Amino acid sequence: MRSNPSEYQLVAPASLQAVVSLLAAEPGAWLPIAGGTDLMVQYAAGKLPARKLVSIWNLSELRRIEVLPDEIRIGAGCTYTDLREHQTVQREFSLLARAAAWTGGVANQNRGTLGGNIVNASPAADSLPALLVYEADLILVSVRGERRLPYREFHTGYKKTKLAPDELIRTICIARKFSPYFAYTRKVGARNAQAISKVCIAALGRRGGDVVEDIRIALGSVAPVPIRLVETERLLLGQSMDSSLLAVVKKTAIAELRPIDDVRSTARYRSAVVGNLVTEFLEKLGSSEF
Amino acid sequence: MTKDPIVGVSVPRKEGRDKVTGRAQYVDDMTLPGMLYGATVRSQIPRGSIKKITFGPGIAWDEFVVVRAKDIPGKNVIALIAEDQPCLADETVNHPEEPILLLAHSNRHLLPQAVAAVSIEYDPIPAVFTMEESESRSKIIWGSDNIFKAYSVQKGDVDGIWAKADHIVEGEYRTGAQEQLYIENNGMIASYDPQHGITVWGSLQCPYYVHKALMSLFALPADKVRVVQMETGGAFGGKEEYPSIIAAHVSLLAMKSGRPVKIIYDRMEDMASTTKRHPSRTRHRTAVSKDGKILGGEIEFVIDGGAYVTLSPVVLSRATIHAGGTYYWPNIRITAKAVATNTPPHGAFRGFGAPQSLFALERHMDRIAQVVGLSPVEIRKRNFLQQSQTTTTEQVIREPIDLGQFLDRALALSDYHAKKQRFEKENEAGDIRKGMGIAAFLHGAGFTGSGERYLASVVGVEGCANGKVRVLVSSTEFGQGTNTVLSQIAAETLGLPYENVELAQPDTNEVPNSGPTVASRTVMVVGKLVQSAALGIKQTLMASGLLADSYSAEEFRAACNSQVSAHGKFISWAHYQAPPDVFWDDDKYRGEAYAAFAWAIYIAEVTVDLATYGVTVNDFVALQEVGKVLHPVLARGQIAGGVAQGIGYTLYEKVIWQNGRMQNGQMTNYIMPTSADLPAIRVFFEEMGNIHGAFGAKGIGELPMDGPAPAIINAVEDALKVPFNSIPLLPEDVFEALSSDREPQSTGGIR
Amino acid sequence: MTEPLSMENRTTCEISFTVNGESKTIRAYPIERLLDVVRRQLGLTGAKEGCGEGECGSCSVLMNGVLVNSCLIPVLQANEANIVTIEGLAAGAQLDTLQNAFLQCGGAQCGICTPGMILAASHLLNNNPGPSLDEIREALSGNLCRCTGYIQIFEAVAEAARNRATT
Repeated sequence: MRSNPSEYQLVAPASLQAVVSLLAAEPGAWLPIAGGTDLMVQYAAGKLPARKLVSIWNLSELRRIEVLPDEIRIGAGCTYTDLREHQTVQREFSLLARAAAWTGGVANQNRGTLGGNIVNASPAADSLPALLVYEADLILVSVRGERRLPYREFHTGYKKTKLAPDELIRTICIARKFSPYFAYTRKVGARNAQAISKVCIAALGRRGGDVVEDIRIALGSVAPVPIRLVETERLLLGQSMDSSLLAVVKKTAIAELRPIDDVRSTARYRSAVVGNLVTEFLEKLGSSEF
Repeated sequence: MTKDPIVGVSVPRKEGRDKVTGRAQYVDDMTLPGMLYGATVRSQIPRGSIKKITFGPGIAWDEFVVVRAKDIPGKNVIALIAEDQPCLADETVNHPEEPILLLAHSNRHLLPQAVAAVSIEYDPIPAVFTMEESESRSKIIWGSDNIFKAYSVQKGDVDGIWAKADHIVEGEYRTGAQEQLYIENNGMIASYDPQHGITVWGSLQCPYYVHKALMSLFALPADKVRVVQMETGGAFGGKEEYPSIIAAHVSLLAMKSGRPVKIIYDRMEDMASTTKRHPSRTRHRTAVSKDGKILGGEIEFVIDGGAYVTLSPVVLSRATIHAGGTYYWPNIRITAKAVATNTPPHGAFRGFGAPQSLFALERHMDRIAQVVGLSPVEIRKRNFLQQSQTTTTEQVIREPIDLGQFLDRALALSDYHAKKQRFEKENEAGDIRKGMGIAAFLHGAGFTGSGERYLASVVGVEGCANGKVRVLVSSTEFGQGTNTVLSQIAAETLGLPYENVELAQPDTNEVPNSGPTVASRTVMVVGKLVQSAALGIKQTLMASGLLADSYSAEEFRAACNSQVSAHGKFISWAHYQAPPDVFWDDDKYRGEAYAAFAWAIYIAEVTVDLATYGVTVNDFVALQEVGKVLHPVLARGQIAGGVAQGIGYTLYEKVIWQNGRMQNGQMTNYIMPTSADLPAIRVFFEEMGNIHGAFGAKGIGELPMDGPAPAIINAVEDALKVPFNSIPLLPEDVFEALSSDREPQSTGGIR
Repeated sequence: MTEPLSMENRTTCEISFTVNGESKTIRAYPIERLLDVVRRQLGLTGAKEGCGEGECGSCSVLMNGVLVNSCLIPVLQANEANIVTIEGLAAGAQLDTLQNAFLQCGGAQCGICTPGMILAASHLLNNNPGPSLDEIREALSGNLCRCTGYIQIFEAVAEAARNRATT
């Protein structure tokens, strides 16, 4: 353990209002900590630059899931276990439920939060590709009020987001329209559990007969931020699925990636696997009922 | 006397209750009054001379205890085989993470910043990081030629066979470093006072190794150094020699400060600075007849020893002796060497050289099979050692082992033939490929050759006045069952209830030196001595007329009580006697290398996912002949655990090096298998007995480490029809091989 | 022996929680790891530090009935929580079914992962009394064991599940 606890301040205001007031009083000075599954690792390694932290763990305003007729509203403080256990998430947002199930082991799922996953903004984060294909919206909150923005626009660069220094993510909103879609997701890590992903794919598709009516493919760990394969989707939309198209699609998908060599894997491997998984998704979409 | 057998039964683990209730005391669970915490300042460069050490600003240095090389009272050397490894680097450093300075403070939270505030200026010297570079001698970093040790084994006439060969098969095989990854990090506590000397408590395998090292370091006599083993959370060889270094460090701090000192490594420090399995390279050149018989061959074997000698000669020895495996080699030349590089010294890890050379051999056998046009099964059957034949070191196989039949049993247990047939068909289409792989191997138990004679182990068994029996050994428990099995042996020998026997805590003030807890020797060698010593208790009491031929536990108690009242402490000692027919020539490296070999056939079934290039082991059959199974649950647990480590060694555990330093020293990035990654490991035993082992047992602790890697890689080649000759094999490596036609090199991650 | 606290009171805070059924009030720095508080201040050394990064699970405890890695929890967030460590599992001399099953089936070898592993298994059986092998595998996938290869751990959990069902 490489940090000195006496050098840190950590406070736990009782309400969301109190938290955002604190953030507004000293913008950028207080780092929110939810479940701690990222920040406490940094702290133990002696690599947490922040010295003042504000706990947002278990705030009731953040840790709830509301099911409205048209959308689901997931509080940013919901844990992966909360997501896994929620019936509507299981039934209608399987990509998110699956991602929650393979983020760490049970103990980390009981503490890691969806909001934390988003704000930490690791390109390898497991739930982010799902949020991209579900085209989630984020509601951000501060003393200045709330604002809603598409999650797609949230990441501006490697570990950089549009979150203002006095803001928190309050809610993740997803439209309840994905039951008619074929859903596909795979995580490729160094082992079957407790692994940071080398490649993570989440995809949704809907066919009308042979023709692709809607298609969304998102990937993690292959660029500085999680990405949608925009060109690949454009290529597929409105087309009928045949093998020659698949070959072109594979090449297009790989060309959209910006993978790197790092301690976990290589760029070449990541690209090849993405090509294979995109192909697998489309083949399954082709033979599915959706 | 107890009529029910105790040996051969799965009696309760002696310290099991403490372990499941969280009461077991590991070193970090203990605190002493006034205790300080210690930390180590380590080299940031791989090689160079130390120019200047500055204690930076912002730290209250007067509150810290500081220890440097000049504070060492005796020799600044960690005594092991050679005397080249300093306890603290003085003028030069030879590997990243080499210890230079020690600090201590009562508040452990102040240490990391203090360590960071010590700045050291070096004059770097060009360093060597690979075996090849070391062999090239473009830079001499150790001795006169970078060679820690070399061995040469010759049998028959190797030079004459090439002309007679129908096939000459060559291959090069490599294995990477592996981290032991015991879940409990290394740690020690020391206290010192001038009257009693040094006492250390710690996580360790070999109390007397530490004892010897401290005596030399502090120029203290044997009775002024005391080493006590605490509950140890996994070791696997990683706590065989390394603990002497930490023990030295805490002792120095304790001596300087006059206070007890504790050092516990965190995971990052443990991974980066302690020993790992030796990386290896093996080159085979084999002369084979057209009907697949090995006529002879040459094996060139090299291991990377890191910066100092430590145990490399012994690892090399075992690797050399195992290099020919379970086959009959009428002619062979094995040249082996351990070379120096500027990395933290590599060290003991379960298997100790045999996993490396056996990986190469068993891969090579499959290659030979392909060249000759025989199956992996047939090539092995045609070359298996038979009773009365000799090994590569000309040890006669005396036991009636029938390896062909043994292989047949393993094939049946794994449904090998049916699966192979099915997979051939199924592999024609689809996104997965499946394969089966075989490894046949052996593992010699106990120290090599004259090693056991040199160890001269001593064991004591004490009959206490209250009728309890205490076994006095320096053999340590670290999960493998020492406490349990040695108690079983003593209890059965004495005909007493298992509950009446216990092992004394390994404390050099109390127990004799029964040798280190290594080399799969504890049950076989030490157990036999426990048996002798226990017999001695019985014989003494009977000779004194205190005990009849048949007696109850109560009568035994009465007899001990009388004995102790009359003569004081009642201990029976047993001293190791080398078996008369076990003769080993250290110069020619020939003769009876081990008192007993355990034999094994492992069969792996794998699936390769062509979308992710991931390899999964789906089924694993581990069949071994072990003399006698003394405790079924423990024995099975040993094999399953060893196979799991072997699977990790093969498919998951890669050490990523950069300039001699491990880059992925956290559990997030050094990948060991979780419960979700391992198949059902199916364990089967055969028992042929062993006259040299307690109750006929052979050592089994390391055996399971030798087989998984070649069995799995043979299976992967079977699945993909592409050869792989290097481990660990990561999906990235499979991908590279499948996307090109050339022989694959291991590439995954940055070098 | 627990460690005495010597620190300036202005930056420490008071934490009140229930640990193994007993109310406790301690002072600690708010970011201090729950693992360190439990081990050093409360003297409950069953939870271990194997990695400090939430990978090995040997620090696992139950917090409000839920399995967590105590090395990643700042103690302030455990205020008013109900904590159960391995020491709280046995009812005096009477071991829990899981503890007995681990002893019977060889689920513990070196023992360092055992407290966390048993708590993880306990958490599983509390929520799923009759788990399949796959469910056991998944539930324990956050607890690393280097000694056993997991086989006899799975058997111990299955045995405990059977024993709980018949008592």
